[in-house]
Amino acid sequence: MREHFFPDFDWHTVFVQPWAEYGDNSFWIVLMGFLVSGTCGLVGCFVILRRMALVGDAISHSLLPGITIAFLLTNSRDTLPMMLGAIAAGITTVVLIEAIRHSSRIKPDAAIGIVFSSLFAIGIILISVFADKIDLDAECVLYGELGFIPLQDIAMLGGVEIGPEPVIRMAIIAVIAIGLLIAFFKEMLVTSFDPGLAASLGINPTRYQYGLTLFLSVVIVSSFESVGVVLVIAMIIFPGATALLITDRLPKAIWLSILFSLLYAVLGFHLATWLEASIAGGMTVIAGFIFGLVWMAAPKRGLLTKLVKRSFKRETTSP
Amino acid sequence: MQSSSTTQTNSKSAAPLEVHDLTVAYTKRPVLYGIDLKVPKGSIVGVVGPNGAGKSTLIKAIMGLLPVSSGWIKVFGKPFKKAVTRIGYVPQRESVDWDFPVNALDVVLMGRYGRLGPFKRPSKADKEIAMSCLEKVKMTSYATRQISNLSGGQQQRVFLARALAQESDLYLMDEPFVGVDATTEAAIIEILRELQAQGKTLIVVHHDLTTAPEYFDRILLLNMRVVAYGKTADVFTFENLQNAYGGRLSILSEVALSRARKKFDGDTRDNVG
Repeated sequence: MREHFFPDFDWHTVFVQPWAEYGDNSFWIVLMGFLVSGTCGLVGCFVILRRMALVGDAISHSLLPGITIAFLLTNSRDTLPMMLGAIAAGITTVVLIEAIRHSSRIKPDAAIGIVFSSLFAIGIILISVFADKIDLDAECVLYGELGFIPLQDIAMLGGVEIGPEPVIRMAIIAVIAIGLLIAFFKEMLVTSFDPGLAASLGINPTRYQYGLTLFLSVVIVSSFESVGVVLVIAMIIFPGATALLITDRLPKAIWLSILFSLLYAVLGFHLATWLEASIAGGMTVIAGFIFGLVWMAAPKRGLLTKLVKRSFKRETTSP
Repeated sequence: MQSSSTTQTNSKSAAPLEVHDLTVAYTKRPVLYGIDLKVPKGSIVGVVGPNGAGKSTLIKAIMGLLPVSSGWIKVFGKPFKKAVTRIGYVPQRESVDWDFPVNALDVVLMGRYGRLGPFKRPSKADKEIAMSCLEKVKMTSYATRQISNLSGGQQQRVFLARALAQESDLYLMDEPFVGVDATTEAAIIEILRELQAQGKTLIVVHHDLTTAPEYFDRILLLNMRVVAYGKTADVFTFENLQNAYGGRLSILSEVALSRARKKFDGDTRDNVG
């Protein structure tokens, strides 16, 4: 029984076949995975530094009622209504969390838990009540599936096929993220590090806080089809958190987070191929594994690195 | 010291800071009320008072970080938002996350951001200014250190260098002397004097009564309202301190007053740094 628990690992089926036989599909899926985790990771660097990770989780869960209501109102699954529904949900989440925090003795973590679980529950109820009218699958929203993104809709640009529509859409979000990062890097840096100073410099920290939240909602709604609202938080936190274990400078952390995202996409895809499992799941397992590795053995601050250094020091300094 | 200069042009001749009938409240309970204040150019004002007196609140209100319930604040005759580039700020050291992935030079460069405007990055000239500010606080050799690898005093000096890089006319400093070593304290005082000599105005929140008379030429004794404000020699009296601190002024008072008396004797600078 035991040997059938995992499928046998076969180098050819896991690493060669996907590229040799389904090269096109594999390419777009891995690219999509990279675009999703890369964009999430980019925004995530700032989400982590601002201690907004839990807020990100809350936003991703509140997406469920957001897109459900958007669907009920417009009866379509087009990008725009979904996007607007998600953004509205994201803003509602943040406003409610802040309202509870400011007007009661409830602390932020509890406020976050209260808001996102109730909104999420509303989403679940809505989906079950309108099940016959809604072409939305709760499971699909929860877990997503990179393997099922519709690759057959090809986006055209000036009569030329440029790629599957969902991938191109994600690429556009990624480009916007990079553009915003370049345009507002110094503002994001100073408002994240020292909001008081930012205000004294005439850079309104609240405005950037809401700007980031807004864009985070956009990124999450663009990603949920691929990785689901539960695992999207992994894509937001892991790249930046792992990078911050290695480097002391933010620009370098951002570059590293992109590199890690690429690793998650490629290795996660192959892990999922081997285990015949969810690709988002595979990517997250890889992300967790890489984080563990870096946490233990990062060049300067890894746990094992420190231990080795300490024992080495003891040996050389003791008489 | 000198009263505000009358020879300069309109906006420049306005007092660096003028506060009128200011009330600030956190969720309806007032923290500061009826604050009236006029700070002349070129003075170093120590803001002194017990815990919870609203010292930091005053600084934050001046910078527009808190909603004002009533009254107004003018910086060089204008509302804060129109005088942003003329204000430098040194927040409390604990107010930021020192694990943040930036080095000392990055932090000092932030002082230049207010002058850059949107979409612009710090130039080479900005970096040179930042480096010279680090030099003024004797931190050049730590420029590329991540900020958590600096001692408390060094971190405070980085904050001070950043304020210098702002090249402002009015500086607001929130407890710059807390938790710093003697060298840093001396370095900070030296820079405060230098800034004053350049005609800058400084407002410094301070809670050490023993050093206050040495460091500041004006003192604002604060306990939710202005207990006393004026030249140090006039304000730093036993009655005023007792009014500000109430029963809490016990052991401290002895030391403080002996120092204060020294100041009255004209023996002012012998103990500095």
